[in-house]
Amino acid sequence: MADPRHRLILLAALAVLVCALFLGVNLTGKLSYILSYRAQVIATMILVGTATGVSTVLFQTITGNRILTPSVMGAEALFVLIQTSIIFFIGSARWDSVPVVGRFAIETSAMVVFALTLYRWLLVGKSEDLYRLLLAGLVFGILFRSAAELLQRMMAPNEFNILQGRLFAQLTLPESRLLGIAGGLVALCVALLWRYRRDFDVIALGRDVAIGLGVDYPRIVTRALVLITVLISTSTALIGPLTFLGFMTATLAYQLAGSQRHALLLPFSALLGVIFLAGGQLVLEHLFAMTGTLSVVIEFTGGALFLLMLLRKGRL
Amino acid sequence: MIDVRTLTKTYAGKRVVDDVSFHIPPGGVVSLIGPNGAGKSTLLSMMSRLLTMDSGQVLIDGLDISRTDSPTLARRLAVLRQENHFVSRLTVRDLVSFGRYPHSRGRLGADDLAKVQEALEFLDLADLSDRFLDQLSGGQRQRAYVAMVLCQDTDYLFLDEPLNNLDMRHAVAMMRLIRRIADEFRRTVVLVIHDINFASAYSDRILAMKDGRLVHDGPPDHIMTPGVLEDIFDIPVHVEQVRGQAVGVYYR
Amino acid sequence: MKALAFPVALLAVIGLVVASLATGAGAVPWGRLWSDPAAWDVLLISRWPRTVALVLAGMAVSVSGLILQVLTRNRFVEPATAGTVPAASLGILVIGIAWPAAPVVVKMLVAAGFSIAGLALFLLILRRLSLRSALLIPLVGIMLGAVLGAITTFVAVRYEMLQSLIAWLSGDFSVILRGRYEVLWLVGLLTAMVYLIANRLSIVGLGRDVAITLGLNYRSTMLFALMIVAMVNGVVTVVVGTLPFLGLIVPNLISLMKGDHIRRTIPWVCLLGSGITLLCDIAGRVIRAPYEIPAGALLGVFGAVVFLLVLLREPRHG
Repeated sequence: MADPRHRLILLAALAVLVCALFLGVNLTGKLSYILSYRAQVIATMILVGTATGVSTVLFQTITGNRILTPSVMGAEALFVLIQTSIIFFIGSARWDSVPVVGRFAIETSAMVVFALTLYRWLLVGKSEDLYRLLLAGLVFGILFRSAAELLQRMMAPNEFNILQGRLFAQLTLPESRLLGIAGGLVALCVALLWRYRRDFDVIALGRDVAIGLGVDYPRIVTRALVLITVLISTSTALIGPLTFLGFMTATLAYQLAGSQRHALLLPFSALLGVIFLAGGQLVLEHLFAMTGTLSVVIEFTGGALFLLMLLRKGRL
Repeated sequence: MIDVRTLTKTYAGKRVVDDVSFHIPPGGVVSLIGPNGAGKSTLLSMMSRLLTMDSGQVLIDGLDISRTDSPTLARRLAVLRQENHFVSRLTVRDLVSFGRYPHSRGRLGADDLAKVQEALEFLDLADLSDRFLDQLSGGQRQRAYVAMVLCQDTDYLFLDEPLNNLDMRHAVAMMRLIRRIADEFRRTVVLVIHDINFASAYSDRILAMKDGRLVHDGPPDHIMTPGVLEDIFDIPVHVEQVRGQAVGVYYR
Repeated sequence: MKALAFPVALLAVIGLVVASLATGAGAVPWGRLWSDPAAWDVLLISRWPRTVALVLAGMAVSVSGLILQVLTRNRFVEPATAGTVPAASLGILVIGIAWPAAPVVVKMLVAAGFSIAGLALFLLILRRLSLRSALLIPLVGIMLGAVLGAITTFVAVRYEMLQSLIAWLSGDFSVILRGRYEVLWLVGLLTAMVYLIANRLSIVGLGRDVAITLGLNYRSTMLFALMIVAMVNGVVTVVVGTLPFLGLIVPNLISLMKGDHIRRTIPWVCLLGSGITLLCDIAGRVIRAPYEIPAGALLGVFGAVVFLLVLLREPRHG
């Protein structure tokens, strides 16, 4: 299978198969209820897998590395901090009187504003010093997480419980009211990013080369960062933080695609995201009879994959 | 004196150092030259006990370096490696003081302090001695490393490309220093060097390596001939006598 | 001026110690200390152990951060990112499940054992890396920590121990009473031993080649120092939990001001480490009194901010 397009078709078929299995295996009880529940779960997984896969590859292209992911750079921790601050300063009762779509919109825009400020400040013009950037990102992530933790410590216990429930919404408990708007957002962002796929091929060569080749670098990078942030916020709002999913999908996508072209990398990464989530849940649920631990397993496998790759190659 | 006997090192089936033997009597400057990948640095690393040998023997003043304990060797032999990227934030004086470790085990006596001062002054670092290494220029830093090695007060000094990152002026100053270390302190200096003209101008003897083997050995006059140099480097080299010094010209 | 700096810093830390003894729920009846032996209770049972624990733990974690940074020759390594703390946490969970009523000493031994294994794993991975870039080493540590953390969380979820685990590891000094902190003196002793081998550590920090050239037994010095780090962090994790960033920011700040001649900087690292820990704990007691915020939570925020300032302000450093 020398042609990567054949591999892509195969991967797409695998994704469809996994999703179908997820829907169809072990159907017992009230059929319509179970099917609609599972359809919601699988829709969530498709959205999260796509959003994570696409945003990670593009983030790595823009930052010119294959280690950093938005999650590692503190994106999800920021989301947790925003959620916590809202509950802390506004209070859950008052916040709940806002309709769910409005809450989602406010949270997502706050996230976009803060993340964009942070990434622009960190990334623009400082790309030559990768490790400082990486560490700063990591530390910002830890800062956000600790600040959120601190606020949580100072909260009234019942508020804390409400917040916990929101932050760690699990894959298997989809927020059905958000599916429509989240789906629309993900589709829109991916479509907009897809238009730039050839520009990203050039941007991957580095800022100076890209500018030299006439790519409107600042404009495209800024837009891409906005869209990436929206994708991450959407995914985090749906299922909570998943740090290593993006790393896994992007790393495997580079290997499987065997090409640097984003027209291939992006679908590879997105499909892998869906397969990991749906396939992982399928295996856990039916082989090990464990629900609700997929995120932990993904964290473990993603981290272990990273270390194994490092050990085998001795470098990145 | 240094005795190297049938020294061999193999990496992935390739003999990087292949059956090398030579003898160096006390005193003087000996240069190791040769093309990239000839095995010069590997040879020097094995002679410095930083790399284990596959077979062969290195004797320093009759001591087999594979059998002698490290502290004893540290009082006979000082080594300066090619890469000296220290993350530690030390002052020049701190760094040079560590050269006294083999003698003082960390407790500096008056004698040690005098040696440190002497080394600092010899390398013209007295004014910079309280600066941190990361505040120095490349040439100053290189001098600080040499001061540390000198301060170790050993009969033998092995220097791996001491001219790395030095401009013309500093390279000449460094070579003069090395010459003075040999002449004034009666030390034996063995160095790996790329510039054949520096080797020719400052050494008493030149060892030439190629493909892991010792191919030529002799005083500069003997090495600095078109035939020998072409044999070593595989490019034609003209040798001219300029102001009483053999100079290889190979740039065009 | 320079000669006065250390005494002034020492006085400041002593001031913090006094403040720590005086702050908290339940007032110390200072006026009756001379006449009434019962008046000493609050001080002896709770305040004194807590303050001693703060000083010793702050010191030990900072010094072990320093050791790790010197040995790995990397500014950004600290106990938490070198496998020790995540492994110790796993150990605490395992013993908590297997033998919930185990005496503190057993818990400590188990945690120290796990901590040694974690550090060994980290170093094993480092040895396999051909490219030892500054970027990679802390990254590997963080990834290793994440993997170990995922295992710990997984086990905790299965045994429904997540809540207790979070409580155990929160860096909370309010649980320290007489009878629970005394082992920390051992940690203090181990830290003092580091001072004795300070010069050797400095040389090891110059790299293997330089160390061997100077006739130092590189491997045994390395091993000895690493054992100290692993044991210290095992014990501290059991007694107080994690103190995030402390091992990172304290040695970095001191290195910026005083350089890396370890024998000279260790006293400073000890002072600053215990000072910051005391400050965070006192602040945690005051902010939401009578509730307490764990020092670890405050350290996370404070440490992250300080570290970012160091990282982004000093472009050449590192």
